[in-house]
Amino acid sequence: MSSKARRRFLWMAGGVVVLGVFGYFAWGGLGKSLVYFWTPTELLAKGGSAYGTAVRLGGMVVPGSVEWNAETRDLRFRLTDGDTTVPVESRGAPPQMFAEGIGVVVEGVFTPAGVFRSHNVMVKHSSEYRAPEPGKHPAEYYRKLFRSQASP
Amino acid sequence: MTGTIGHLSVLAAFLLALLGSAASLAGGLTRRPGWVLAGRNAAFAVFGLTSLATLAMVYALVTHDFSVQYVAQVGSRETPLFYTIISLWSSLDGSILFWAWILTGYTALLAYAYRARYPALMPHALGVMLAVGSFFLFLNAWPADPFKPMFPVPENGPGPNPLLQNHPFMGLHPPLLYLGYVGLTIPFAFGIAALISGRPGPEWITAIRRWTLVPWTFLSLGIIAGAWWSYEVLGWGGYWAWDPVENASFMPWLTATAFVHSIMVQERREMLKVWNLTLIIATFLLTLLGTFLTRSGVLASVHAFTEGLIGPLFLGFLGLVLLVSLTLVAWRSDRLRTEGQLDSAWSRETAFLLNNVLFVAFAFTVLLGTLFPLVAEAVRGVKVSVGGPYFNSMNIPLGLALLFLAGVGPALPWRRGTPELLTWKVVVPATVAVVTAAALWALGVRHALALLAYGLAVFAAGLIAGEFVRPARARVAAHGERFPRALLNLCLKNRRRYGGYVVHLGVVIIAIGITSSSAYKREAEATLRQGERLSFGRYVLQLDSVWARREPHRDVVGASVSVFGSQDPITQLHPRLNYYPTSQQPIGTPAVRYTLREDLYLTLLAYADDGSTATVKAYISPLVTWMWIGGAVVGLGALFALWPGGRRKPVSPTGPAVRKGRQRARAAT
Repeated sequence: MSSKARRRFLWMAGGVVVLGVFGYFAWGGLGKSLVYFWTPTELLAKGGSAYGTAVRLGGMVVPGSVEWNAETRDLRFRLTDGDTTVPVESRGAPPQMFAEGIGVVVEGVFTPAGVFRSHNVMVKHSSEYRAPEPGKHPAEYYRKLFRSQASP
Repeated sequence: MTGTIGHLSVLAAFLLALLGSAASLAGGLTRRPGWVLAGRNAAFAVFGLTSLATLAMVYALVTHDFSVQYVAQVGSRETPLFYTIISLWSSLDGSILFWAWILTGYTALLAYAYRARYPALMPHALGVMLAVGSFFLFLNAWPADPFKPMFPVPENGPGPNPLLQNHPFMGLHPPLLYLGYVGLTIPFAFGIAALISGRPGPEWITAIRRWTLVPWTFLSLGIIAGAWWSYEVLGWGGYWAWDPVENASFMPWLTATAFVHSIMVQERREMLKVWNLTLIIATFLLTLLGTFLTRSGVLASVHAFTEGLIGPLFLGFLGLVLLVSLTLVAWRSDRLRTEGQLDSAWSRETAFLLNNVLFVAFAFTVLLGTLFPLVAEAVRGVKVSVGGPYFNSMNIPLGLALLFLAGVGPALPWRRGTPELLTWKVVVPATVAVVTAAALWALGVRHALALLAYGLAVFAAGLIAGEFVRPARARVAAHGERFPRALLNLCLKNRRRYGGYVVHLGVVIIAIGITSSSAYKREAEATLRQGERLSFGRYVLQLDSVWARREPHRDVVGASVSVFGSQDPITQLHPRLNYYPTSQQPIGTPAVRYTLREDLYLTLLAYADDGSTATVKAYISPLVTWMWIGGAVVGLGALFALWPGGRRKPVSPTGPAVRKGRQRARAAT
């Protein structure tokens, strides 16, 4: 092999090795940080293998199931997709639009105790874009605020 | 009426761009000046027509002409004027029109600036620019026609997407990003022109130096502005989440940054011809991919994008560009042989090669993480997302290595450096870096990666500072100038180089900001009654009141929170939740107290219906402001490098006289 060809070969071989090692790490890192989008039914169907997997669980908050302890800042409720219901525990206050009977997505892990431990509760909103109905303004939540005080 | 004018302008612009492209390319191949001239004039005319169309759209928006479908989709009588104007880019059809306007503007500018230069390359480059322009104008003429008439004409519209009318940065971030994204078409067009004309030598590189740095600067500022926007609006105390939309803007930036460096190697050393072509083609493809990702709905679901025409058309165009580019590279492969070669491992070329490898690896990891969920959904039907840990575990090491190179690269000379030279330059900065890291450790900084990052940042800044100070001192010795004068003259004589070093300093400042704010972010959350206090870091927060206000286009609920440092009042912050008629969710406006040392960031999470309590989340993030300052430094450095005047003659890469002169100059420093 001429020195030029040898040099080229070494460069290419080096490149392939570096790429291989890099790809190996990238692929491994990817596998470890996947977050799955599941429904409660899909979650329970995984059985024990679901424990510890990062999951975004979507469903509806079961009416009457919400317990919010303002002292310990613990939030508990049950999440259902109609067929299956999973108890959810979370720390911290729920977002403003959180309510019973609405769709939410909780991010966290399923524990062997059969409870989904969430670190993030998101109110599910459709990104659908709607024109306002005539004469109707958004949510009713803050109506009382308008009545009870004047604007600053 | 307005709609008709707009639609006809778009149609005419499309036809003219197509014809102009053909004329320009054919004129270049057959060397017919008449055709080339026709192509150039078409570039001007197309820009005139797209300007007319854009103006028509803005007029329709401002006059609330709801007979135009786009206006009926994104306009409303209640939206403030500023947001009405910028809703030009708040939805698909309008943003493609805006894109086409910027692209044809760049094309016309290029046609004018180089009307008498680069006669072998320009016809092809203009032909490519006009061809790309005609694709976007085609989209605007049919599948994404913003001027479609609306019947019956509605009384009012819903207004733009709430997220896009919640913060004035929406008037800044998208235009900057577009100017960057679209501008990268120019170096791509010249790359293709170099291939078609069979001149992949230094000529096209000289032609695009500025035309690459300009969009690169816009893209950099656009990304920073986007990060700042998400910090000010999204309310989680952070500014970057490896969201696919963010990645879409970041990937072309990574390859463009590699390109900005590697073209210098070709300019000086006649190396990396194929590599540079590959990089700029990849960059252009990544801008198209980014637009495809953000505009086709594919991110919501893989299956959503086939519902519209835009997704498949973009994918088709992407494939076409890839195919044509690769064919051209293969066809011209005999002319792409490298003439120069590496003389020494201790040279700036080596630093640039490493820099390129790292940037491309960075782009690859981001691409993998961004596309993986799409592939997983398409192939296996699983909905997954790739979490932040993947991006961080891959990109923190790459980022740290790049920080190291940001300092070492400028310290290495072209061609032949020696380990001794580098050691000599490195000793002081390395010592200072180690001392700094040790001092920070003594002060209680225990985060290992943060210590490493701070050390590297100081190291890089020290090396770059040396590149300013040493030659300036040499000037003091040689010309008897005072030091500040010598420093100024030095920078003015080598705008491009020292502008580049200032950009590097900006990057170092940004790196310090990112490190601090991600390693030392703290948060607290509390539900407070009126008058109740929460102690957080060195602050005490007190809820004063919860209030509501009705604005024409939205309803606002806010909390007023007094901030005390130990006992003295510092300020009052007003985090808010905004309710837009079209959004089921309130959009927050966090309140931030910016200081150089740390930001105090408050968001309103929830409140009692009677206004008696508010749940507030607070974050303290150190040195976030450094990112915005660093961004400004990057912009200023780039502006300095680009400032007209003192145009350098093209460097003759291999002339022995030049080399000797340079060595003498270096020996003097």
